[in-house]
Formats: sequence, structure tokens, C-alpha cells
Amino acid sequence: MIRITRKVEFSASHVYHNPAFSAEENRRVFGKCNNPHGHGHNYTLEVTIAGEPDPQTGMVLDLKELKEILQREVVDRMDHRHLNKEVPELAGKIPTCEVVAQVIWNLLEPKITTGKLDRVRLYESADLYADVTNGAGA
Amino acid sequence: MKVSLTRRYKFAASHRLHAASLSEAENQRIYGKCNNPYGHGHNYEVLVTLTGPVDPATGMIANLGELDPFVEQHVVEAFDHKNLNEEIAEFRDVVPTTENLCAEIFRRLKSFRPAQLERVKVEETSKNSFEIVAEPGASARA
Repeated sequence: MIRITRKVEFSASHVYHNPAFSAEENRRVFGKCNNPHGHGHNYTLEVTIAGEPDPQTGMVLDLKELKEILQREVVDRMDHRHLNKEVPELAGKIPTCEVVAQVIWNLLEPKITTGKLDRVRLYESADLYADVTNGAGA
Repeated sequence: MKVSLTRRYKFAASHRLHAASLSEAENQRIYGKCNNPYGHGHNYEVLVTLTGPVDPATGMIANLGELDPFVEQHVVEAFDHKNLNEEIAEFRDVVPTTENLCAEIFRRLKSFRPAQLERVKVEETSKNSFEIVAEPGASARA
């Protein structure tokens, strides 16, 4: 089995706020991320596909095709958007790195029909990333 | 679906690779420049990976407001701008290779809750890295 990874970048804003919490609780749990008008990040997304290379083409999945899927499903949906307000898949959720990575996995997984989605790694900054894999567990 | 969160931390420290049980010549042969008598230093980078359920109320595996101070206290503050051989009790009699440093960091962080420590990776330089992964199925409490 071979794994191939494609990287894309997008920039977006978000805010962490749980309406079920009091103002004080939101502040305590989310800190600066609870600032009411939101803030933003340059996200880097690495998407890994696993499979066997096609003997005719030598490719697990045509990277052009993967690039188009990532553009359509992720970049067009999230780039220069407010994740809470403008991305329906995130409505009512706290758009942490973990949660955005899970949403991206759920968007991509059905679209990858050649090879299998193996891992979604989403960097919120150079010092923080979330991984979603197909493993058992959480 | 399994979700993990990885956070990078940095500290700078010095060390000397020298095993008291070996002769001077053997130390020199095995450790080379790393055996130079007064030590040398690195900018270490530590990647800490946690797994666990994502709490729907917070969207988080672990709150960085809790993880950061924990790692700062137990690792960054403890090691930053220190001489690992001279100032860290665990390296009095243990050679502070980055393998051993990685194991010591894992030991210091494994009690973090509610998430589970899954992996510690230490980059000694941009060319060398070392990692320890919790054994599958094993609680990192041991």
C-alpha cells in the first residue's frame, strides 16, 4: 500500500462560544478564543490517501482529481469565511482544530472513490494540529 | 474515527553524552563530539500528541488552557536553559541522549487528563527526531 499526501491552505475566522455556558464560563473555558468578534488563522490541510497504484497509470489517485476535490469541498467552502457563520457543517459546533478536521474528514470521505481517505491533518498554526484517521477509538 | 491533537513546544538546553561505565576512549569512540567535556546545546522541539473523545460542549480533546501550563511546568520550565546532566536529577546517572530525554518527557506528561498521551516526539535538531508512542490499548497511566 502507498500513501500520498496533498497539502492545501486556507484562511478563515472563528470564535469559540457555547450558548449553554454563562459568559464567565465561556471566558474561563475558551479564553481569548471567546473574544466576541472572532479571530482568524492560516490553516494548512494535509490530506493522505492510501491505496495501490494503478498498473496503467502508476497512480494511487490522480493528484489533479484530489486537488479539485480539496478545492471544491474545503477551500471553496472555508477560505476567507467565518467558520461559525458561513460554513453550514459547523453551525452550532465549536470550530476547534479537532472539530474542523472531523468536518473535513466527513466532507472528503465519500468523495474519495479511488483509494481510501487515510488521514486528515489540519494545522491551525505551526504549533498546533489535529489528526483524524479511520482508527478505532474516540 | 479517531481524533488526536498535537501541540509543539520548544526549549533550549545543553548536555554531554558520557557513560560513566565506559572508558574515556570508549566514550570518545561511541559519542564523538557529543562527548566533548563541557557539553553543547540544542534547540529542542517537543511534539505532544493526545487522543480521546472530543467533548461536544467544548469541541476539544484537551483544553490548551490546561495542556499548555501542564507542559510548561513539567517540561519547558524544567528543562529550558538548563544543563540536562547537571541540573535534571533523572540524568545524574542516565546519559541524556534524546532517546532518554524523550522517555523522560513521556513519563512526566503521561498523567495529563482527561485526554490520553499518545505520543511524544522530540526533535533535537531539524535533522534528528525521536518518538515514543503509547502501546496500543494500554493506558498511559502505567
